[in-house]
Amino acid sequence: MLIKKPVDIPYSEVTPKALYIRRREFIQAAAAGAIGGAVGLSPLAVERLTAQGRAKLPNVRKSPLSTSETANSYEDATGYNNFYEFGTDKEDPKANAQRFNPKPWTIKVEGLVKNPATIDLDTLIKPYALEERIYRMRCVEGWSMVIPWVGFPLADLIKRLEPQESAKFVEFTTLLDPSRMPGQRYPVLQWPYLEGLRMDEAMNPLTLMVVGLYGETLPNQNGAPIRLVIPWKYGFKGIKSIVRMRFTDKQPRGSWEVAQAREYGFYANVNPNVDHPRWSQATERRLGEFRRRKTEMFNGYGAQVASLYAGMDLRKFY
Amino acid sequence: MTRFGLLRTAIFAAALVPAAALVYDFLTNDLTANPIDYITDTTGYTAITLLMITLTVTPLRRLTGLNEVIKLRRMLGLLAFFYACLHFSTWLVLDWFFDFTSMAADVVERPFITMGMATFVLLIPLAATSTTGMIRRLGKRWLQLHRLVYVAGLTAVIHFWWVVKADFREPRLFALALSILLGFRAWWTLRTRLSSRS
Repeated sequence: MLIKKPVDIPYSEVTPKALYIRRREFIQAAAAGAIGGAVGLSPLAVERLTAQGRAKLPNVRKSPLSTSETANSYEDATGYNNFYEFGTDKEDPKANAQRFNPKPWTIKVEGLVKNPATIDLDTLIKPYALEERIYRMRCVEGWSMVIPWVGFPLADLIKRLEPQESAKFVEFTTLLDPSRMPGQRYPVLQWPYLEGLRMDEAMNPLTLMVVGLYGETLPNQNGAPIRLVIPWKYGFKGIKSIVRMRFTDKQPRGSWEVAQAREYGFYANVNPNVDHPRWSQATERRLGEFRRRKTEMFNGYGAQVASLYAGMDLRKFY
Repeated sequence: MTRFGLLRTAIFAAALVPAAALVYDFLTNDLTANPIDYITDTTGYTAITLLMITLTVTPLRRLTGLNEVIKLRRMLGLLAFFYACLHFSTWLVLDWFFDFTSMAADVVERPFITMGMATFVLLIPLAATSTTGMIRRLGKRWLQLHRLVYVAGLTAVIHFWWVVKADFREPRLFALALSILLGFRAWWTLRTRLSSRS
C-alpha cells in the first residue's frame, strides 16, 4: 500500500477563497494604484475607477413572464460571457470591461420614424417602470443559463418613438470605439456589432430592453448600459451596449450573419430540430448541471411566440 | 543527473503543468461557469501544442546538429497522447456520459468531431508502438508507421480550425506552424530524391 505524506502547507497560508476569486481585480487594482500614485490620483479615486460600480436598482417589479426555474449565480452570469468587443474567451469580457465607463450614454433613433433624435439614456428610460424578468438564455454554442434581467418591454419604447407604417424591421448597433472596446481592434466580426428584429418580434411582450440583472445595474461585461434580450432566440441576437436604433423596410444583416450566413441566420430562433451546420442543437448544458438537457422549441416560449412564425419553414428561415 | 537528463525532467514537469492546473482549479472551484467546456478546451489545446512541439524535434535536430534532442521525441509524443486521452475522455465521460448513440451521430455528422476522432485514432498505434522493443521488432516498418503523425498533425489542426466560431487567430498560427514543420520534411525528401537521381 502506498501511503503518501500529506502536503505540508498550513491552512493559514492558503489564500482565502473570496480573495482568490477576486485575484485579477486585486492585481488590477494594485496596478491601477501604482499608476494612480504616479499621476497623483488619490487612492480613493483609483478605487472608484476600478470598482465595478454595482448599484441596486430601485422599485423593480416582479413579472408574471418570469420562469420559476432556479436562476444561475451572479458569478456565472457576469463571469462567463460572449462579448467579443472585450475579447473572444468567456472570461475576457469580465477581465477587460472593468474600466469601461458607460456614462454618459446616448441612443440615436433614426430611419423610418416620426421623430428621429439622439436621446440621453436617462431620459430614454425614465418613463418606464422597471421589471424583473427571469428568463432562460440559450447560447447558440449549446449552453444555457437562467438570468434575472431588469428592464422594460421594447414595445413600450417603440410605441413612444412612433415608427412609420413602412418600417418593417428595427436594427440595433453596438458602440464602435476600439479605444474603449479592445476586442474591436481586430476584425473578428464586422464592427460595430449589428442585430435586427422584425417589427412584430420587436413588439412582442417578451422582448426586453435590459438595464440590469439581479436587481442591480448592468455590469459592463453584460452589455452596459443597455442591451436587448429576446429569450426565444439564441443569445447572440441580444445585442449589447446599444447606441443606435434604426427603423427600416429592409431586413438587417447581423454581424454573425455577415460572418457566416449558413450558420447564423436572421431569425436565430432556438430550435432543437434545426442543427447548427457544425453541431447539434438538440441538447444543451444548463450551467451548473452535469447532464445535458433537451433543448425546447423557442426555448420554451412557444406559447407566446410560435404564432409569429406560423406557416414559415423554419429550416429555411433559421 | 546529466544536464540533458535535467532538461528532460524539466520539460516533462512543464508539460504536466496544464493538467496539474486543472486539478488545482477543480479543487479550488475555479473551472469557470462551464467546467466541462473549460476542461475540453484546455486538454485539447495542450494536446495539439505538444503534438506540434513533437513535430519540431526532428527539424530542430537537423538544423542545429544537436543529436541528443531526438531522445525527447518519444516523451513529447507520449505527453501529447496523454492529453489527447484526457481530451477524448472528457468528451466521452463528462460531455456525453457514455451516450454512445449521440456520440456516434456526432462522429458521423459533425466534421470537426470526425477530425478529432481521426486524430485520436491515428495516435493510438503510434503510442502503442513507442516502446524500444516495438521499435526493434518493427524495424523499417516502424518509420513508415510513424509517418502517420504527419496526418495526425493535419487532422488535429483541421479539428481546431472547424471548432472555432470566428476568431481564427490561434488555428491560423497552428496551421502556419504545421506548414513550416511539414515543409522542412517535404523539402528534405525532395532534395534527397533529386540528388539520388542525378
